[in-house]
Amino acid sequence: MNIAEHFPALVIVIPLLFALITWLAGLINRAFCWVIALTITFLCFLMSFSILNTVMHTGRISYHMGAWEPPWGIEYAIDYLNGFVLVVVSFIAFIVTLYSRKSVGLEIDEEKSPAFYSLYMLLFTGLMGMTITGDIFNLYVFIEITSLSGYALIAIGRRRNSLMASFNYLILGTIAATFILIGIGYLYMVTGSLNMADLREKLPPLYHSRVVLTAFGFFTVGLSLKLALFPLHIWLPNAYTYAPSVVSAIMAATSTKVGAYAMLRILFTVFKVEFDLNVVPVTKILLVLSCIAIIAGSILAISQTNIKRMLAYSSVGQIGYIVLGTTMANQTAMTGSIIHILNHALMKGTLFLVAGCVVYKTGIEDISGLKGMGQKMPFSMAAFTVGALSMVGVPLTVGFISKWYLATGALKAGMWFILPIILISSLLSAIYFWRIIEGIYFAPAVSSQHSEVSTYRSLDHHNPHPVSRSRDDAPPGMLIPTLILAGLCIFFGIAAYIPVSVAEKAANMLLGGT
Amino acid sequence: MIEIIIGKYNYWIYITLMMIGFYAMIAKGNLIKKIIGMNIFQTAVILFYISTGKVWGGTAPILWDKAVIYDNPIPHVLMLTAIVVSVGTTAVAIAIVIRIYKEYGTMEEDAILEIERKQAEELRKGNTGQREI
Repeated sequence: MNIAEHFPALVIVIPLLFALITWLAGLINRAFCWVIALTITFLCFLMSFSILNTVMHTGRISYHMGAWEPPWGIEYAIDYLNGFVLVVVSFIAFIVTLYSRKSVGLEIDEEKSPAFYSLYMLLFTGLMGMTITGDIFNLYVFIEITSLSGYALIAIGRRRNSLMASFNYLILGTIAATFILIGIGYLYMVTGSLNMADLREKLPPLYHSRVVLTAFGFFTVGLSLKLALFPLHIWLPNAYTYAPSVVSAIMAATSTKVGAYAMLRILFTVFKVEFDLNVVPVTKILLVLSCIAIIAGSILAISQTNIKRMLAYSSVGQIGYIVLGTTMANQTAMTGSIIHILNHALMKGTLFLVAGCVVYKTGIEDISGLKGMGQKMPFSMAAFTVGALSMVGVPLTVGFISKWYLATGALKAGMWFILPIILISSLLSAIYFWRIIEGIYFAPAVSSQHSEVSTYRSLDHHNPHPVSRSRDDAPPGMLIPTLILAGLCIFFGIAAYIPVSVAEKAANMLLGGT
Repeated sequence: MIEIIIGKYNYWIYITLMMIGFYAMIAKGNLIKKIIGMNIFQTAVILFYISTGKVWGGTAPILWDKAVIYDNPIPHVLMLTAIVVSVGTTAVAIAIVIRIYKEYGTMEEDAILEIERKQAEELRKGNTGQREI
């Protein structure tokens, strides 16, 4: 028996099992929890990578849970798209776990840390499950696993504001998940099938049936709520602002991305492209909404004073980019959209991790408090700068690659009006990031305990004096993961062909090619 | 018309219940009432699934020599999962509300928002105060 054949099941079963074991191990010694979480996420990353590798060589993998043949049994189907998303999710989860030890120690009560890692593993299981499953009801179950652990993780911190944020997310998240459940019920009513590939074959004769149209409506609204598309984003800013830093980072970097992936699945795998283009004008509706999301997210981000809240609003705009690419229904824009799933995970991950570093060292969450941080925390701030440049879309960073593909795709689709929208939003993000970066490097520190001279000296590496009292960066355990993500922002901005080669195949597959 | 109303009464019940729950989730200010609305909302969907599984004249889906037509058991099985999810959601929601009540001393959304607004204002005053020094 070849163990590699069972990776698709193991990648879900292992974190699910260890969610419990982590908590039990925490009863013996709390230090075990972090080690277990780190090992498991790394193991899952390796397995996802191996799965993607197999997919790239042999094509779609279909794993039958318990050897029940689809469409009766649950099928785990991995193709280019979700193989790619699996690797992204497991990698980000690994990096955030690596980062989490110190940050969790600071922001979460000591006795809650086993529960935190247990929930974290559950969230990870849910995200991986949403990505890997080829069964639509299984998708719903994993959406609920992700959401429930997400609500608990947001509320686990010490700040009381997080409770209301979590409760509001719970109410909206339940509405979204129940809408998806109703949609599944309607599709099951008319087709008698829950398997995505099977539904794809059975649905076309029924495309004009009112039941299918209603189901599609429920799916679109439910998933838009989950991925926080513009008018349905209201749960997101509070949840990301008040959650512990680690939770904000993992949720901003992966959970909305997986929501976007689920939407791609429903729009382009369960339903065919022809349905989205000809039967229901869903691509047009989403196009308008995502354009509004891009602009509104950037404008709202400018007016924020809290770093995490600003990043949250900028996420709303970036989710707009992901949806925008899918609505043009051509290969280039779709590639841009899929690659933005990776790219946004990298840059938002970096930025939220830096925000966590700053909170860890100084407790500052206000943008004005970042002044002069360039001397105090040079490495964190360098990572922040890379992330910020990436968000703006400067060449040689990942942000540029996604914007390039989206813009080229828009031209191919003949939608020239998208170009100024991308341009304006890049300018707006340049404004809100420049405001911070200027403060970091060019403004004197707020609490100026050191004279200007000593501040300048700390920049000088040949300074014989010990590298000034003012330099006080985050501990290496937090700094290294942050720098890895920041490094990857640049690496994939230069070696863009690596993710693009996968994303192009995935886009081609979604649009009906082979 | 009458046939649509009488003949598919189970769906009308599902829609009515769902809308009651949906209304309560959105419009009620009390957090516990929101949770009750959420439960009604989820239960309505469970009823909908169950009624789609019913086959006229069908028996329980068991091995039985007199049975010719079976009800479809799959929606029932799916709803077992949905019930578990619903219980889980309710438990998490109530746990959060208990903590909210301990922190704020109230379960009315308006009152909580008022407290949060005051707190934010004080924080802002505190900040500007520091800056002036």
